[in-house]
Amino acid sequence: MPTSLVDADSFLAVDVGAATTRATLFDVVEGYYRFIASGQAATTAIAPFKNIGEGVHQAIGNLEAITGRTLLDANLRLIIPSQGGSGVDTFAATLSAGPAIKTVVVGLLADVSFESAQRLARTTYTQVVETIGMNDRRKPEEQIDSILSLRPDLILVAGGTDGGAMRSMQRILETIGLACYLLPPDKRPALLFAGNQALVPEVKASFESLTASLSIGANLRPTLETEDLLPAQRSLADLYAHIRMNQIGGVEELGAWAGGNLVPTAYAQGRIIRFLSQVYDPRKGILGIDIGASAVTVAASFGGELTLGVYPQLGLGEGLSGLLGYTSLEDILRWLPFDIPADVVQDYLHQKSLYPTSIPATAEDLALEQALARQTLYLAMNAASKDFSPRARRLAPGMTPYFEPILAGGGAITHAPTRGQSLLILLDAIQPVGVTTLILDQNNLLPALGAAANLNAILPIQVLESGAFLGLATVVAPLSSSRPGTPILRAQLVYENGNESRLEVKQGALEILPLPIGQSARLDLQPLHHADVGFGPGRGGSMNVSGTAMGVLVDGRGRPLRFPADQAQRRELLKKWLWTVGG
Amino acid sequence: MLAPVAHVLPLTTLRRERLLPIPGRVVARLDQKVTPVDVIAEANFGQEHILLDVVAGLGVSEEIADTLVQVRTGDRVAEGQVVATRGGLSRKNLRSPRSGRVAAIGSGRILLEVGEGTYELRAGLPGLVTRLIPERGAEITMNGALIEGVWGNGRVDVGLMLPLLSAPDDPLVASRLDVSLRGSILLCGTCSDAAALRAANELPVRGLILGSISSALLPLAMQVSYPVVVIDGLDRRAMNSAAYRLLTTNSKREVTANGEPYNRYTGARPEVIIPLPVSEEPPQPRHVEAFASGQQVRLVRAPDAGRVGTLVTLLPGLTAMPNGLRLPSGEVRLEGGEQVAVPLVNLEVLG
Repeated sequence: MPTSLVDADSFLAVDVGAATTRATLFDVVEGYYRFIASGQAATTAIAPFKNIGEGVHQAIGNLEAITGRTLLDANLRLIIPSQGGSGVDTFAATLSAGPAIKTVVVGLLADVSFESAQRLARTTYTQVVETIGMNDRRKPEEQIDSILSLRPDLILVAGGTDGGAMRSMQRILETIGLACYLLPPDKRPALLFAGNQALVPEVKASFESLTASLSIGANLRPTLETEDLLPAQRSLADLYAHIRMNQIGGVEELGAWAGGNLVPTAYAQGRIIRFLSQVYDPRKGILGIDIGASAVTVAASFGGELTLGVYPQLGLGEGLSGLLGYTSLEDILRWLPFDIPADVVQDYLHQKSLYPTSIPATAEDLALEQALARQTLYLAMNAASKDFSPRARRLAPGMTPYFEPILAGGGAITHAPTRGQSLLILLDAIQPVGVTTLILDQNNLLPALGAAANLNAILPIQVLESGAFLGLATVVAPLSSSRPGTPILRAQLVYENGNESRLEVKQGALEILPLPIGQSARLDLQPLHHADVGFGPGRGGSMNVSGTAMGVLVDGRGRPLRFPADQAQRRELLKKWLWTVGG
Repeated sequence: MLAPVAHVLPLTTLRRERLLPIPGRVVARLDQKVTPVDVIAEANFGQEHILLDVVAGLGVSEEIADTLVQVRTGDRVAEGQVVATRGGLSRKNLRSPRSGRVAAIGSGRILLEVGEGTYELRAGLPGLVTRLIPERGAEITMNGALIEGVWGNGRVDVGLMLPLLSAPDDPLVASRLDVSLRGSILLCGTCSDAAALRAANELPVRGLILGSISSALLPLAMQVSYPVVVIDGLDRRAMNSAAYRLLTTNSKREVTANGEPYNRYTGARPEVIIPLPVSEEPPQPRHVEAFASGQQVRLVRAPDAGRVGTLVTLLPGLTAMPNGLRLPSGEVRLEGGEQVAVPLVNLEVLG
């Protein structure tokens, strides 16, 4: 038995999503941590319950039914630690249910603390409703009136370098303090201060009685040249839990069960991606994406440096009615293989926001849902990539950096009727370049593993290596400026039994070399006409690859993807791509 | 599995707490009969603020500025009233530019709350005041029919409901609106005609109840002066048959069109309320249901979006949909007799 398992603990994680609550159990099987099972139920944060407790109890109850293990006592309290085969030893929870947190971002200089504070806000489920900075030309009373009318849930304050001047920041804090003072006590926001640390005593003295909850984080910009979001991200995650405790029934009880291990789902996703990037090849980044009802989350880490972007405005749930504020109907329509009128798509967005947990039952609705998944993920990737680490290696400017692997979650992807559909959504939206592996988090384990990583560093690694995730495809995406139809790559798979499979890929084509799960092979790549798969223009190379659900897919469609102007031709092309990956 | 519920009830008892967002005065009396537009409580609030800089205004240092202030927090001040004075040879006064209330004093500044407004809390439904909630509002109770909707424009009014449809999908068109409809609440099937919304505003009508409205018209629907209540969808679907029957059988009655915006978290919904006489108090609406055979359900998505049927049975395991998805489903007998398998997440219990 590995030494790490001397204190082998069973671990239960509950994730309360906007639509679904999941309870996931991990335990030691034959000396290794394994994913045992998960139970799920509808989230009950909304009326008539207004309390997540019912959904949590149901999800755990379903898990009990699946595993035959008693986890709750007669009073529906979690049995922790385990007693004679009942209960669990450790517990953690993640949360993304609830409307986006209305946030006021306060900073000093537009391109320094202000930008950092905005980036910090994007690491959780916030909607920035107001920004206040030194260059704001409004009078202080106008800023106060704005805060009073917006009634934010959170004020996020950054500004000033450590040891730097304080007067400007003090003036802004006075204004914020006045606004908080004028709000009714039960409507006062939480406040996170992550600015000049010399101001901390003053901030504590002024704001402790004026806010629903006050948190002090490390300075986001300790110097003009350095930015460090990580410590403040943890503070923000804790504050998020506090805000939700005041907003949604049952969160406090869940937090008590978790004993401090209640964090935003996206934070847990970010933590596990960062953790993995420290473990795996530091030359390539690791990308985790999740398309949920509450938000699209992008977590990219390069050698342990994490970029986390949470985009509630792009979630596939109730926020859809506002999606056209961030994209055009034409950009959604381009992904549709059916001729669906623009006004029908617009109606669909609004109707789906009324019933965010509903699921498409027709081919047209499914195509629309998948078009939305593509477009929202595409937008989220574009937005997040602006904040990617300078360490990110790219084949060309503007291209998606090298990632290995890419982990994908979210029902629109993992529950697509065919693996080919899951694959195409990811390829179209992310448009990876070079060679990468796409992995599906079909059991929604990443948040649980992120929550676990804080308690038990071995568990995530062993579960990841256990086959609980589905290898979807090894993707080879050459970059080439050749004309469509020009041969750009020769690929050859040499299987373990000595058999070979080879193909020549032309610019514009999608091709698949089968390599079933459980097998491995050597993949030889020889780019043609100066195409680049990551070895340099025209340079070839070999690598060992493992079998996946879809095998090795060569995506020769070019970057960025381009569509025929003629709509009928465009639809035919989409159908052809879908047909190539199995429909 | 828990089932979402939309109420389409011919006779029920509604008991609602109506509360001010901030403490204020309750003006309703116990046992008072109220209409939806009657004010039951009100609260004063400052609409804007003015920050007076004592330091700059009197030309003094911040350290002594607060000692020169002549008013206290909470004081009412008149326009032109002296609020801070510097004595001595070069006497100087700082005056309030507007009448209002002193909200805060400190750091050499005086914050004035000016342009006081009054927030009026309306009853929102017709009925009897059955409980007063000091400083916050009242509980109102009524008996009658309740039809909940999916979208409202935030307005509320009362009027005679006149049907402008002979089928649940009859569209509202401007040419059907004439002066005889002035002051009434119109019942229509669908609306995708901006001119019709504008014409109704010009008559004016007291409300519009629709099965569905094209989503492109929502900005305009937010601007009209009458309440808009949408029962089924933000597209072009027909009104569900249960609501259609209940509404049309109560045509020419006085109804309340309450366009309360739909909020999934608070449970607030747009609704149509029809007060009806009762001999004994009917039950209150049930808010929590689990799916069970025999329930009347509404299908919320294609291919039968908006249709009503009876849940015949819950299907075991997962059922394959035509698009390949496999989902927990139920067998539903539609009103035409046709039987279809529908994902449970696409059903809403009507009751």
